[in-house]
Amino acid sequence: MLQLEGISRTFGDRLVLEDVGFTVERGKLTGFVGGNGAGKTTTMRIVLGVLTPDSGTITLDGRPLGDQQRRGFGYMPEERGLYPKMPLLEQIAYLARLHGYEKRPATERARELLEKLGLGERLTDPVDDLSLGNQQRAQIAAALVHDPEVLILDEPFSGLDPMAVDVVLGVLSEHAARGVPVLFSSHQLDVVERLCDDVVVIAGGKIRASGEKEALRQRYAEPRYEITSAGDMGWLRTEPGVSVVEFDGGYALFDAEEATAQRVLRAALDAGPVHAFSPVRPRLAEIFRDIVRDEERHDDEPAAARTKETVR
Amino acid sequence: MSTTTPARPARPAPPSSVQSTLMVAEREILSQIRSKSFLISTAVLLLLVLGGIILSSVLGDRFGGDTKVAVVPETAAVIADVDGLEAVDATDADAARALVESEEVSAAVLPDADADNPLGVVVVGLDSAPGGVLDALAITPPVELLDESGSSEGLRYLVSLAFGLAFMMSALTFGGTIAQNTVQEKQSRIVEILLSTVPPRALLGGKILGNTVLAVGQTAAIAAVAVIGLVVTGQDAVLSLIGAPVAWFVLFFLIGFVLLAALFASAASLVSRVEDTGPVLTPVMMLVMIPYFAVVFFNDNALVLTIMSYVPFSAPVGMPVRLFLGEAAWWEPILSLVVLAVTAVAVTAVGARIYSRSVLRTGRRVKLSEALTTAA
Repeated sequence: MLQLEGISRTFGDRLVLEDVGFTVERGKLTGFVGGNGAGKTTTMRIVLGVLTPDSGTITLDGRPLGDQQRRGFGYMPEERGLYPKMPLLEQIAYLARLHGYEKRPATERARELLEKLGLGERLTDPVDDLSLGNQQRAQIAAALVHDPEVLILDEPFSGLDPMAVDVVLGVLSEHAARGVPVLFSSHQLDVVERLCDDVVVIAGGKIRASGEKEALRQRYAEPRYEITSAGDMGWLRTEPGVSVVEFDGGYALFDAEEATAQRVLRAALDAGPVHAFSPVRPRLAEIFRDIVRDEERHDDEPAAARTKETVR
Repeated sequence: MSTTTPARPARPAPPSSVQSTLMVAEREILSQIRSKSFLISTAVLLLLVLGGIILSSVLGDRFGGDTKVAVVPETAAVIADVDGLEAVDATDADAARALVESEEVSAAVLPDADADNPLGVVVVGLDSAPGGVLDALAITPPVELLDESGSSEGLRYLVSLAFGLAFMMSALTFGGTIAQNTVQEKQSRIVEILLSTVPPRALLGGKILGNTVLAVGQTAAIAAVAVIGLVVTGQDAVLSLIGAPVAWFVLFFLIGFVLLAALFASAASLVSRVEDTGPVLTPVMMLVMIPYFAVVFFNDNALVLTIMSYVPFSAPVGMPVRLFLGEAAWWEPILSLVVLAVTAVAVTAVGARIYSRSVLRTGRRVKLSEALTTAA
């Protein structure tokens, strides 16, 4: 388990991270969500040891993280980078060698991984000649070639077509299943929603929410229900304690207390057959918007007292 | 580390800093010698050197005319049938020596009473063994020099120019390569992956090592072509004069280049795009060019040369020139080399600091003061 505690970092006089803390469990895909400039990349760079924090600690399975251990991590930076003129296989093998593999096993690992990622035909091509999507796959190979102890991926899915997303997801899940903590950032919230087990939300350099995705959805769920019936649901609008959000013939989306909702269901059953009735959990995108909007409101009140963080 | 995940095969231990440095250097060298532009430019350079030597030999023969040699009646027969030598009759040995000193003739051939000399003649030159005369004579007679203090103005200028030019060209070429590779790694962002894998010192060290090997290799190739060219065209007399200074030059070049490489890499790490390298590299370029111009303009000024031979940035040019001129005591190159090495170590340490602090900062140019003071 990778754990961050009280991480703060300034660039010049700008506070970029403030008391950031969360955990990345072994065997789980953890999504790291936040707007542009929220501090995702800085946090990841600090985990990788590429940047040093001003304060705070990072531990792996309870032990402080050292440089030697970090070198076993796999990292995919947000800004894609490989040597543009160097042949693909050689390049990935070179990175494996920097991680300590001998030349021959390094080349074998690189070849195997690139073939798995669907780049078997392009092994001798320079990276420059690959399409953007294929460069992305090559980048993922660069992060995975040494069988990393921990995987940190900054926007691994941006620019991938749905098929490629599935291929990459398969490889990532494979690593997670072997007990590797996997942290990846994304601003495509629907992708995070679909793929990860845990979610960490960051905004303005602070962690706003973190935990299991379902728990989070439940926590932020408003008491909202959805019902589909064979009869007309028009009567719902006059029902006390119910506010209808959306209505279309036999379909209604409404906010109500639990007990009221049960009463509505019974009434609907009396009126005709009910095809579906369920509580509605908010989608991640909605939670994210709510969290960030809440924060902005809070931030504005004591604005005079503190310097406002500039979010690029 | 592997105790936490016993099910997975053990990963090899991360390589040591030295191993990482060597791997980075290997990549640096391989990618360079595989690039067509490097191979072509090296080939062109070698051809130019060879061409220059052959040309100077051909032109020397054609326009130089016959070498004038003073002879006394006893020795007139020695060169009478020799091509390329023109006899100037002198009445006696003293008159012949006077002709040599007034530089009316290149050398004098005089009788030698020494019983150990089977030829019975001696060649008298002014300040250097008269190569043309010695070559023209089938058997080399002993040489007697009237003025052993220094070399001729022309040769002095040429050798100074050669050392200055060789140093500047090589330093600019390979320093430029280091700078360009540094910025490219920063621009293509692969540096983030590399730095999460190897320590910044290993990355910088490998770059310096790789390019130093290339620079010294190329310089050695040029030296080899020059030596072969001189021998083949029969100008090997020059070799005996510049041999030792050239050996010192290579030694100074090796350490001096490490110094410059660290400067080039750390200066380049301050900017994020290849297009922006100009302003940050200008001061470093100046440092490389100053010794060249200084040695060209002041090669007859002993004070300037002495200062040059101790200032680390110009020592690789200044000290070999002084050695060639015979102006330096035996301990001077050693002292200067120590000064240079200490400076190189210090500058590399500061360079590594600048490099590791600025290589991840993208966007606007990093200020030098920021790179030196702020945390990574």
